[in-house]
Amino acid sequence: MAEPLLEARGVVKRFGHVHALQGADFAAYAGEVVALIGDNGAGKSTLVGVLSGVLAPDEGAILLDGAPVRFAGPQDARRAGVETVYQDLSLAQDLDAPANLYLGRELVRKGVLGRLGVLDRPAMRRDAVRAFAELGVTLKDPTVPVAALSGGQRQSVAVARAVAFANRVVFLDEPTAALGVVQRARVLETVRRVADRGIGVVLISHNMPEVLSVADRVEVLRLGRRVASLRAADTTIEELVGAMTGSLDRGDAADAATLVAAPETPLERPQQEPEPQPSEEEA
Amino acid sequence: MTTTETGRPPHTDTVTARTPPLLRRAAGVSELWTFLILAALVVFFTLAAPGKFFTAYDLTQIAVNAAIYLVLGVGMTYVVITAGIDLSIGSVLVLAAVAAGEWNIHHGGAGAGWGTVAVCVVIALVVGAAWGALQGAVVATEKVPPLIVTLGGLGAALGIAELATGGQDPADTAANNLQNTLGYGKLLGIPWLVILAAAVTLVFGLVLGTTRFGTHTFAIGSNPAASRRAGIRVGAHLVKVYALMGLLAGLGAVMWLASYGTTSIAGHSTDNLKVITAVVLGGTSLFGGRGSVLGTVIGVFIPAVLSTGLIVIGVQQYWQDVAVGVVLVAAVYIDQMRRRTRERS
Ligand SMILES: Nc1ncnc2c1ncn2[C@@H]1O[C@H](COP(=O)(O)OP(=O)(O)OP(=O)(O)O)[C@@H](O)[C@H]1O
Ligand SMILES: [Mg+2]
Repeated sequence: MAEPLLEARGVVKRFGHVHALQGADFAAYAGEVVALIGDNGAGKSTLVGVLSGVLAPDEGAILLDGAPVRFAGPQDARRAGVETVYQDLSLAQDLDAPANLYLGRELVRKGVLGRLGVLDRPAMRRDAVRAFAELGVTLKDPTVPVAALSGGQRQSVAVARAVAFANRVVFLDEPTAALGVVQRARVLETVRRVADRGIGVVLISHNMPEVLSVADRVEVLRLGRRVASLRAADTTIEELVGAMTGSLDRGDAADAATLVAAPETPLERPQQEPEPQPSEEEA
Repeated sequence: MTTTETGRPPHTDTVTARTPPLLRRAAGVSELWTFLILAALVVFFTLAAPGKFFTAYDLTQIAVNAAIYLVLGVGMTYVVITAGIDLSIGSVLVLAAVAAGEWNIHHGGAGAGWGTVAVCVVIALVVGAAWGALQGAVVATEKVPPLIVTLGGLGAALGIAELATGGQDPADTAANNLQNTLGYGKLLGIPWLVILAAAVTLVFGLVLGTTRFGTHTFAIGSNPAASRRAGIRVGAHLVKVYALMGLLAGLGAVMWLASYGTTSIAGHSTDNLKVITAVVLGGTSLFGGRGSVLGTVIGVFIPAVLSTGLIVIGVQQYWQDVAVGVVLVAAVYIDQMRRRTRERS
């Protein structure tokens, strides 16, 4: 468990004058749920975009199983077993849930029809109903467009899609934001179960109790940089909020260094940040 | 390849999904309403002119008149579903007809043999598809909206056709062989033009409704960013869709030459409006993501039935334009309202 499954080192991403990521580090380990938290605009979604191949980083490295990789696009990341639930869900509203589940990797019929690209809709529907049932969602009619579903059901469709195909890492960018109590519990259950399959799960959430209850480890992002990596068992909501808002590390840089802890075993690689500058540069 | 690269989720099981009741599905189908309008029109004209309207002759006439618009409408359905539009189809049809016609003039004229006919058909299809692909490639850059790309294409294609011919419809552009078969020929009483249009409609209707290509077309119109994230090559797909539109415009050129024997350079300036009207009447959303070839079939037949019916009952057929205009605006209004309700949820 020493080597991270997926790791970001010193990732920089700018949008014009906005420095969304300013040398961000991040690591996801197999079989572990890591929560990625931070204030609005801290760069969480941007980091997810970089690690899932949607955004090309301006600087920095991405390592998959310790080897540097470059994702030319999201399909590269998907091929590597990295799946994502995007904050905007990224669903085709006019297609039904099974079509969304299989978007970009549709099942086709056997034989000649398959070669012509004819879809195997019954099989897709079967798998979809089953995948949604696991999340506690029963779709009355799996053939209605996703646009006709409730916000929570739509979110479940996006979650189901990611967990159904992930075999290395799955990013969930605020997957429970629109969910009811039951569905939220089911998603968190699923998150655990997916991690128990040996997959690295990255959960982004603004809900601190939820984070502490489901995550093994918490990484805190502030102003485009990782400011803390904490074991969930050893931390408190106050400490997390302090790290997010910056009231904790105001004192000395050494403090921040001790906050960055590896899961279970200490990390092999040096904990040195490339350039531990005070993060007051700009936002 | 029977499964996809990544395969299915690890938990394929034996749970069977229930198919929803047929009725509920039918009610949700947007083309149902347009179909009811078409049916009402047919009933009305049949009652208003008993024994005169619903004759085999009228039906054949309606179908022949609709055949070319139907072929163009099938391509336009794809384009509009991607949230695009193609204004250039009439000009592309003319350009393809002129290219094929010029070849025919210099290779036998009216008495040209089957070899020339075959080459002419290929020329028309290739010119149409190439022009469409070019426009698709520009659309795919996402720097110029489809409306402008194809407006430019409309002018350029017509200009080239006029340059090549001096603006006059040349003689001997269609071989008798072509006119006597595809143009006027029949199989079991059904004109070949109608059979061809029906075959094109069936094939591309099935492609849109049942294949991966069709699903990607809908997905791109629904959410291009999500499609890209899902690994769909959006740009390449758009090129294919616009090339298909061009290919069908080329086929329309062949059908036109076969049935009228001339290029009609000046006669296609409103093809785009007629075809877009039919597609929208058929329930395909101008905002992309929704639509069907079946709807377009209905949408093509509404104006066709109207004009024939009005003639039969002795009303000035210009009322057709008024009626279609009103129904068109109503159709888009309803589509907008549906979107609003949806986005509010
Ligand atoms: N495509 C973009 N173009 C310009 N600026 C962007 C873009 N995407 C993100 N940003 C900016 O980058 C910064 C980080 O945004 P990001 O979405 O990563 O934050 P976040 O941590 O996910 O916030 P939230 O909790 O609100 O989701 C913000 O200042 C945002 O305005
Ligand atoms: Mg975000």
